[in-house]
Amino acid sequence: MLSYFSDHQSEIWQLLWSHAKLSVIPVIIGLAIALPLGWIAARYKWVYPPLISIAGLLYTIPSLVLFVTMPGILGTRILDVVNVVVALTVYAIALLVRVVADGLASVPFEAKQAATAMGYKPLGRFFAVELPLAVPVIAAGVRVATVSNVSLVAVATFIGTQQLGTLFDEGLNAAPGQQTSILLIGIILAVLLALVLDFAIQFGTRALTPWRRAVAKP
Amino acid sequence: MINDLWHYLGDGANWSGNSGLWANISDHLIYSFSAIIIAAVLAVPLGLWIGHTGKGSTLVVGSVNASRALPTFGLMVLLFILISPHIQGRSNIVYILPVEIVLVLLAIPPILSNTYAGVQSVDPAIRDAAKGMGMTDGQVLARVEIPNALPLMMSGLRSATLQVIATATVGAYIGLGGLGRPIYDGQQQGPFQDTDSGHLATGQLLTGALLVAAVALLIDLVLATIQRYSTSRGITGRYRKSHLPGPANAVVELSEPDGGNHEPTRMAATEATAS
Amino acid sequence: MNRTRVISMIAAVAAGALALTACGSSSTTATTTSAAGAGSSTAGSSAAPGSSTAPTAGGSITIGSANFAENVLLMNIYADALKAKGITVNLKPKIGSREVYMPALQDGSIDLIPEYSGSVLAYFDKTSTAATSDAIYAALPKAIGDKFKVLEQSKAEDKDAVVVSASVAAKYSLKTIGDLKAHSADLIFGASPEYKTRANGIPGLKAKYGVVFGTYKTLDAGGPLSVAALKNGQIDASNIFSTDPAVSADKFVVLEDPLGLYTAQNIVPLINAAKVTPTITTTLNAISAKLDTASLTELNNQVAGGKDSDAVAQEWLKAQGLI
Repeated sequence: MLSYFSDHQSEIWQLLWSHAKLSVIPVIIGLAIALPLGWIAARYKWVYPPLISIAGLLYTIPSLVLFVTMPGILGTRILDVVNVVVALTVYAIALLVRVVADGLASVPFEAKQAATAMGYKPLGRFFAVELPLAVPVIAAGVRVATVSNVSLVAVATFIGTQQLGTLFDEGLNAAPGQQTSILLIGIILAVLLALVLDFAIQFGTRALTPWRRAVAKP
Repeated sequence: MINDLWHYLGDGANWSGNSGLWANISDHLIYSFSAIIIAAVLAVPLGLWIGHTGKGSTLVVGSVNASRALPTFGLMVLLFILISPHIQGRSNIVYILPVEIVLVLLAIPPILSNTYAGVQSVDPAIRDAAKGMGMTDGQVLARVEIPNALPLMMSGLRSATLQVIATATVGAYIGLGGLGRPIYDGQQQGPFQDTDSGHLATGQLLTGALLVAAVALLIDLVLATIQRYSTSRGITGRYRKSHLPGPANAVVELSEPDGGNHEPTRMAATEATAS
Repeated sequence: MNRTRVISMIAAVAAGALALTACGSSSTTATTTSAAGAGSSTAGSSAAPGSSTAPTAGGSITIGSANFAENVLLMNIYADALKAKGITVNLKPKIGSREVYMPALQDGSIDLIPEYSGSVLAYFDKTSTAATSDAIYAALPKAIGDKFKVLEQSKAEDKDAVVVSASVAAKYSLKTIGDLKAHSADLIFGASPEYKTRANGIPGLKAKYGVVFGTYKTLDAGGPLSVAALKNGQIDASNIFSTDPAVSADKFVVLEDPLGLYTAQNIVPLINAAKVTPTITTTLNAISAKLDTASLTELNNQVAGGKDSDAVAQEWLKAQGLI
């Protein structure tokens, strides 16, 4: 296994890097879109049920379906990476809209009242008070979305995208002695990537919420 | 594009036969539900036990996070490589087994963690009251904790079912049947092109996609309905006006707090495990 | 918690995202770039996706391959020979089956691909009845039109074949494809998705030999799934390519084709006519002259044994004095 790894190092690192990008970028874009949508759903109660239903519907669609139908919907070429990014962004939005809405809804009313009393305008209050307090819940959702993406991106092998899943295809087609090695390299790297991303998000969450740590120390 | 879809759907020859669309649908449902049932048989008792006794909760948290990171596709191929030399003879078991194993591994954590979270989330006061009434440990579990945990358990079951139905499509890569088959076959033959074979491929691909999305939605709807009606009304707060005469304020008609969608969010379970 | 902290985190994340996407678009190297990546963000179909490298004196070319090992090997052989002549080569390996990579050739995503003469003719001219190497090669220029060109063909052939395992051949005393007719209803045929609909696939078996299989199992195009299924008995017959090492290694029996369902299939470079240069022509013709079926089979053997495809290509080219 190690010999295959060292022989093909640069190719494997490129696949890993591509996989990392494809896992992370859709979540970032998805979060950017989900934040305003979730805010609307939290603020205007009548928006919540239909929005969440649509989100639930989108999330129900299997990932493979989204990947293969994207070229038809977007008009991109079949082998285009954009298909994967858009599909995973749709997933991320579907997951995160509900998370953002619930997170913002869970902000204590007293905190919002106090902020208004201090003179915050609604937009200022959103960024200074509501969003920070909602960070733990939203971060949990971001973790789920990112880690799920790591597994979903591998399925993009079906449409020819180069990422760690390519190793799985190569493993299937390799000589009998090498098959297991190549597959294990791909699996292990994917799991490691997921763990690293998970820790990174957890670390970022902790950095963004210093007040939670304030009580822990005696 | 839509024309290709209608043509393919409308062609009776595509539906019949042992690799036709009907067969694909039934195969897919069989593969998915066997995995869910096996996973539930394993995970529900375990989750109940962990929730009830409180031991081993770290196992639950760890396994859920780990399973999300699992590259299911890679595992399927690996298991296929390992298993296939040992299985001879005509049957599809060599394709079914790797996929089923992965599907079960995928389905166990959501069911496990939601069962655990459900039991855990039972108000200690209620447990106390039950013990105060003289219920034994087992009775507390059966009569109090499980009914209270049912919404979350069903939520976990729904989540697991959706994931399994979606992931079973990937099995087409190693030769499994099911609804992944028309998707994969269509994809391989150059869809979205303006050639004869291209149109056929587009139709096949879109048909597979449509069918699997429809199946997933339908099953989710069924499970949501089951969830709603299996949850005791004491929990959801759905009462009906009594038809008995009596003081008008003796019966309460409460509207459902969140539009009838009273399922504890998946996020509740996720947050419980994520923190 | 203050606003500046939130804003700085958001800025950091956005900067990170921009950096990631920037990294992606600049990493177009001449090696095995993602088949998707090079074609993505540019709207037009640039014929030279590796345009970040300055064009050398020899020009540049994009070579693609189908999704099976032999074609990847041939792609590597062409690529290494052209690189040695100073041409910048971009690779797009394993694009897919012919139905998928032909459009890529047609829209300029790739310029050159190692092809099989009979199949190319069948793709462009479904009515042709040419069956021998020479007849097919003579009919090709007219069929493919002005946009493409075929260079000289090689003597090496890799034909489709209907293959059964040794035990099945013995059980039903099978020697030719026609022998299947009496038993085919009980047999399972396993091959690629496209074989089920191609003219010389399942429909051809029925039309020429009257063979209709009871069950069709979709696996892959003579790849590991089909070979394993044939070997382990999940299927009875398959479409394995004639130069596949598995045929001799697993003692498969190639059924004879007296009625000529499968035409000749000589290895021939199919190239975008606009990309033809004298250097490319002489280099690829030299390769075609030296390549024959036996050596191709031997090279396939080496790759199947685990050796790197590119390494095998380079060794062969050196041994032939081509680089």
